[in-house]
Amino acid sequence: MAEQPKTIEIEVLRYHPEKDKTPHTQVFEVPFTDDMSVLQGVQYIKDYLDGSLSFRWSCRMAICGSCGMMINGIPSLSCQTFLRDYYPARVRVEALAHFPIERDLVIGMEGFIEKLESIQPYIIPKEPRTPAQGEYLQTPEQLAKYEQFSSCINCLLCYAACPQFGLNPGFIGPAATALLHRYNVDSRDGAQAERMELINSEEGVFNCTAVGYCSEVCPKHVDPANAVNQNKTNSAADYFLRFLSPKGGAK
Amino acid sequence: MEIYKADVIIVGGGGAGLRAAIAVAEANPALKIALVSKVYPMRSHTVAAEGGSAGVKKASDSLDYHFNDTVHGGDWLCEQDVVEYFVARCTEELTQLEHWGCPWSRTEDGHVNVRAFGGMKIERTWFAADKTGFHMLHTLFQTSIKYPSIKRFDEHFCVDLIVEDNRIAGVVAIEIASGEFTLVEGRAAVIATGGAGRVFRENTNGGVVTGDGMALAYRHGVPLRDMEFVQYHPTCMPGTGLLFTEACRGEGGFLLNKDGYRYLQDYGLGPAEPTPRNKAMELGPRDRLSQAFWYEQQKGRTIEGPHGSVVHLDLRHLGEEKLRERLPQIYELAEQFLGVDPALAPIPVRPAVHYTMGGILVDGRCASPLAGLYAAGECSSVGIHGANRLGSNSLSELLVFGRVAGEEAARFASSVAPAAPASVLAQAQAVEQRVLGIRQNTRGNERIATLRKEMAQTMEDGCGIYRLAETMQKTCDKLDELKERFKNVRVEDKSSVWNTDWLLAIELEYQLDVAQAMAYSAINRRESRGAHQRLDGFEQRDDVNFLKHTQAHYVAGGAPRIDYGPVKITKSQPGTRAYGAAGEKAEQERKASHG
Repeated sequence: MAEQPKTIEIEVLRYHPEKDKTPHTQVFEVPFTDDMSVLQGVQYIKDYLDGSLSFRWSCRMAICGSCGMMINGIPSLSCQTFLRDYYPARVRVEALAHFPIERDLVIGMEGFIEKLESIQPYIIPKEPRTPAQGEYLQTPEQLAKYEQFSSCINCLLCYAACPQFGLNPGFIGPAATALLHRYNVDSRDGAQAERMELINSEEGVFNCTAVGYCSEVCPKHVDPANAVNQNKTNSAADYFLRFLSPKGGAK
Repeated sequence: MEIYKADVIIVGGGGAGLRAAIAVAEANPALKIALVSKVYPMRSHTVAAEGGSAGVKKASDSLDYHFNDTVHGGDWLCEQDVVEYFVARCTEELTQLEHWGCPWSRTEDGHVNVRAFGGMKIERTWFAADKTGFHMLHTLFQTSIKYPSIKRFDEHFCVDLIVEDNRIAGVVAIEIASGEFTLVEGRAAVIATGGAGRVFRENTNGGVVTGDGMALAYRHGVPLRDMEFVQYHPTCMPGTGLLFTEACRGEGGFLLNKDGYRYLQDYGLGPAEPTPRNKAMELGPRDRLSQAFWYEQQKGRTIEGPHGSVVHLDLRHLGEEKLRERLPQIYELAEQFLGVDPALAPIPVRPAVHYTMGGILVDGRCASPLAGLYAAGECSSVGIHGANRLGSNSLSELLVFGRVAGEEAARFASSVAPAAPASVLAQAQAVEQRVLGIRQNTRGNERIATLRKEMAQTMEDGCGIYRLAETMQKTCDKLDELKERFKNVRVEDKSSVWNTDWLLAIELEYQLDVAQAMAYSAINRRESRGAHQRLDGFEQRDDVNFLKHTQAHYVAGGAPRIDYGPVKITKSQPGTRAYGAAGEKAEQERKASHG
C-alpha cells in the first residue's frame, strides 16, 4: 500500500485592514515533502487553499530580501527556512516584528527606505574621476574593509530582532548603519564627516544596547552589530576630537 | 484617480530601469522622471545574477574578440552593428559602475579582476564574488537616490500604456498597498521590466519575472522579436531551478555523468583537460551544454533523482578556500538547499529556463516602432543576443542600453508637447474599469494557479531544449485553450489593499500572451539555430530561409501573426559554430584564408 502523503500545519497571522480590527491566526494543512521551504508552504496556501493570503516573495534563493517573516518567533527568510526542521510540529508564521502590518505577512517598509535615503548611500568621491580615467585602484584588503557591509539585502530581519528599534522606530537601526559604515570605510569615498552627523544624532548609534541579536539573525553575515559598535567608537572619537580640531575629527 | 505629470516614465526598477533613470537625470536634470516598479527596486530580478558582466579588460583581449564571441555564440542572428556599439561601451559602463561604488573583485594590485565564462575567448567577466547582479543592482539603486528628479513609484504595478495620436502619453499603475489607480503622464517611456522565464515550469527566475512590459508593448502593436529563443542554463538546482552560476565552471568546475565521465568531450567540445580552456568543454556555450545534457539523458547516462535526471557539477578539486572566496553564495545554496558540501561532494544539476533572448522590437538606440516608447534589458530585443546569449552579456546590456534608452527618451521628451490631458484621462479611466473587471469577474471558477501550472507545463513540453512540430502544435493549442479559460478566472480576493490575488491574475494574462508569442514563433521557425533546436527534419541551420528575425504581432482574441525582418550583417558572415579543438582549428583556418 502506498504511504499516506504527509502534511504539516502552518499557522498564519492574518490581518486585513479593510475587515479586521486586530490580527488573528488561521491554521492551514499543507502537503509536506522534506525539501519544501516555509515559503513554498505559504505559496501552497495561496495557490490552492486561500487566494487572499498576502505576502512578498520573489527570488526564492535568499538574495532579493523580500520574504522575511517571523517563523516560530524568529526573524527568518522563509525561502531558506525549511519545513523539515519543524515537522511534524506546527509552524507559526507572522509578519516581521516591530513594523506596521499592511496586510497579513506584508509589513510597511517606508520607514526603512527613508532611513536608507538619509544616510547618503552612494560614493561621494574623495577624488572625482571620469570613466575615461579608468577605475579607482582598490586592493583586496581595502575591499575587505567594507565588502561584508555591502552584502546587506535589506531584508529587515535585523530590525525585527532589534529591541531598541521596537521601542524607538526612529532609531536608524542595524542595516542602515551597516550601509552607512560600508560607504564610510570605502577607500573611494570622502564623505565620512557628513555621515557622522547622523551617527552622532539622537537617532544614531547610541540607541544600540549591544544585544547583538541583529547579527545573529542576519542571513548574509553582514554583522550589523559590528558596524554599529565600530561607529560608537568612531562617534565617541569624533565627539572628543571636535574639541581639538576645528573641522571635527571624522577625517 | 491620482494623476502624476512626469516627462519621462520608466517602467521597471531593475538594472536597466535604474540605469535609464540615472541617464535621464544626468542628461537633463529639469526632466521629471517617474520610476514605476511593482517591487522595491532592490527586489528586482537583476539581484539574482551571479557570475558577472562582460567588458574587455585584459591587454590580450579586444573588441573584435568580444564581438566575435557574441555573434558566433548567437549563431549569427545578432544585429552586428548593434553588437559593435555594445562591445565598444561595456568597459566604460562597468568602470562608471566602479566609480559608483560597485564592489568588484580585485587583483592583488588593486585593479578590477576578470574571470573566464562560457563561449568566451579571453577572460572578460567582471565579477563581485558570485553576487554580481546583487551588487550591481544595489549600487544602481543606492546611486539613484542621489538624483532628486527621480520620483519613485515603488510597489506600483503597471497595467497599461496610454497611447494618444500614435505616441506614448502615459502609463496606468495600481498602487499595491491601496489598490488605487494612478495615471502617470509622460511624453516618453522606457520599458525595463525584464524577461518572462516564469512561463516555463522549471526556471531560475524570481516570481516577478512575468513578461509584463513585453505584453504591454505587444498589445499596443509593437512586435515581439525572436521570442522562440529561450535559454536553458545547464547547471540549475533540480526541482526549484535555482541557478548555479557559470562561474562555477569558469573557476574550473567539471560536469560529470553517472559514470563520473566528463561527457562534454563526446559533443564536439573536447579535448578534456584538467584545467579550463576557454571556449572548450565546461566553458562551451550554454545552448550546447544544455543540449548535451539532453543527449546524455537519452542515452541513460544521467543520474535519476527525485526531481528528474541530473548530472554532477563537481567543484571538489577547487578546495573549500577558493570556493568560499569566489563562489560563496553557491557554497551556501548547495549546503542549505541541497545539504551538499561542494568541497566534499558534487552538486546535482540539470538545465532550467534562464533567459528570454527575444523581446520588444527596438532599434539600436532602444526605440520601438511606437513613438516615444523605448525598451532596454531582457524585455527588449535590441539585437545583441541572437539565437543564444553569451553568459555575462546581459548585465552589461542593462548598463549600456539602459543608458541609451534613458538618453534617447530624454531627448524625445524634450522634443514633443504633451498629449491632450482630457483624452489621456478618459483612456486611463477605461483601463481602470477593465482591470477592475478582472477582480470583479464572477463568471467562472478557474483557479489562477491551475491555469499557470498548465501553461508552464505545456511550455516545457513543447518549447524545451529540443522541439518537434507535433508537440509545439499541442502547446499552441493548449495556450489557445488557456486564454479561453482565462476568461473564467476567479479572483477570490475582492478587496483593495495588497490584493496579490488580483495582481497574479493580471500577470497570468501577460504571461499567456508572451507564451503564445514564443510558441507560435517557435513552430514557424523550420530550422535549428542556437537555443531553438528541432528534431523533426529541421535539424540544420538554414541561412537561406531563416537568417532572419521572427516578429510576432498581437492579434486580439486570436493567434499571433508571424512575419520576418532582416538581420544586419556587417563584418561576420555566417559560419560554423565550433568550440573546443574544432573551434581552434576553424579559427586558424579563418585567419589563414584572410591572409
